[in-house]
Amino acid sequence: MKLVIGIVRPERANQVLESLYRAEVRGLSISRVQGHGGELDRVETYRGTTVKMGLSEKVRFEVAVSDSFVDRTVEALAEGARTGEVGDGKIFVVPLEQAVRIRTGDVDHGAVTPVAHQ
Amino acid sequence: MSAIDTGDTAWMLASTALVLFMTIGLGLFYAGLVRSKNTLNTFMMCVSALAIGGVTWALIGYSLAFDGEGSIIGGLGHFALNDVGFEPREGGTIPELVFMAFQGTFCIITVALVSGAVVERMRFGAWMVFAALWSVLVYAVLAHWAFGGGWLAAEGALDFAGGVPVEMASGFAALAAALVVGARKDYGRQALLPHNAVYVLLGAGILWFGWFGFNGGSGLGAGNSSVLAFANTMLTPACALLTWFALDLIRGRRVTAIGAATAIIVGCVLITPAGGFISPGWAMALGFLGALPCYAVIVWRPRTRVDETLDVLAAHGIAGFTGILFLGLVAQASWNGVADGWLYGNFDQFASQALAAAVAPAYAFIVTFVLLKVVGAVMPLRASEHEEAVGMDVVAHGEEAYVTGEGAILVMPDGEDHQRRPLVADPG
Repeated sequence: MKLVIGIVRPERANQVLESLYRAEVRGLSISRVQGHGGELDRVETYRGTTVKMGLSEKVRFEVAVSDSFVDRTVEALAEGARTGEVGDGKIFVVPLEQAVRIRTGDVDHGAVTPVAHQ
Repeated sequence: MSAIDTGDTAWMLASTALVLFMTIGLGLFYAGLVRSKNTLNTFMMCVSALAIGGVTWALIGYSLAFDGEGSIIGGLGHFALNDVGFEPREGGTIPELVFMAFQGTFCIITVALVSGAVVERMRFGAWMVFAALWSVLVYAVLAHWAFGGGWLAAEGALDFAGGVPVEMASGFAALAAALVVGARKDYGRQALLPHNAVYVLLGAGILWFGWFGFNGGSGLGAGNSSVLAFANTMLTPACALLTWFALDLIRGRRVTAIGAATAIIVGCVLITPAGGFISPGWAMALGFLGALPCYAVIVWRPRTRVDETLDVLAAHGIAGFTGILFLGLVAQASWNGVADGWLYGNFDQFASQALAAAVAPAYAFIVTFVLLKVVGAVMPLRASEHEEAVGMDVVAHGEEAYVTGEGAILVMPDGEDHQRRPLVADPG
């Protein structure tokens, strides 16, 4: 089991959701985060005060998957999020100790696999 | 020459300020209806109308609308406010300067209304060029036809506060603008939802408040017609709201807040052409009945491929059309001292109203369509897909509506970049 974390442009979040859906990845959560990668700073001006916005809005996807699902999840994330410009984001795959489905008490593989697929 | 009446003048000064405030209310109303990344750009389109409409009106629009009795267009006698001073216009009781300012606020809000069709993707520069030309070629011309002694008024068409140049013009111009500029890239593929319903309701409230000056000032004084229009401006939207609640209940089993805000606008628009001409009882009937076609168009439009984004056609075009016809049915000379409608034995009035209802939409649609094609041939009308995705606030203005300031680095005026020095103080 792995936890796949994708940090992507907010304007690509819908494409990522679409491509995850097409890859049959079902369970996921997203959150709005702020981050800084290699991209150029955005300059904004507020009533004469000019600032560089060092942090950009990003959307963070978290998907817990069984091992056989890792590759297609990563591919789907990358495909949905890529624009080719600096600032497209990162994908991290980290090992997952345990997963529990709260409603049933299912653990691990049973907890990260959608009910219909079991 | 008639004398100045200070009571009339005082009310018209207040009315002018009320109408001007409507444009800010509209900005808030529109800003709440778009996605958060386009909040400022949407608001700024209305703010730009204050700048552009105010200037074009003073330079040439007022003259073309209100100088002389030309049947198609006024003259240039009042170019750059030449000869506009403290004397009243013929038959008027207020200084012409007040009259000019009052009418100018109508030009401004009409321009701002059209922006609702093209928000979230039109380039700000192209919008301003279009707005300047539109305020003269469409608004000033239709204002002349309806109010300035043009042929439509000469044919006997009645329009109390702007069903022709404001409501039908903006509504049908919006349809043309949506067709030329094209749909947002995500339209019909993703849910594009209003980001702040509270703005929408507050904006609608400001609009209703301002509309008491818009309709209540259109008698050009504090006389009976203004009083009638003022009272009707309270009644018609209230009735439109009740109809809307009922329709919402039937369709979705819930009364919606954004529906309520829309109903307020629809009610105010319905009574705009008819305000000083129909009895309070008929004004209530107009609210109850007139909301029906507007609701139908609002439900139908998103099923089409026409991304007339904020439904200016339904809320202004269709409501203005309905109001102008309704007045031809139920106007009563005993209330307005001018004319009866069809129901009171004067079919000719209804025929004149039907003429206005046919001509104004056609003129506004055609001229807007051609105008945008011309502007589009000179400069791109739309932002790129990438810019549209990022959001028009950052792209067009370099600002965000909901900035947190986290991670923002102050750039000193000497150009030196003080690395990693956080912006602590709020810029306000």
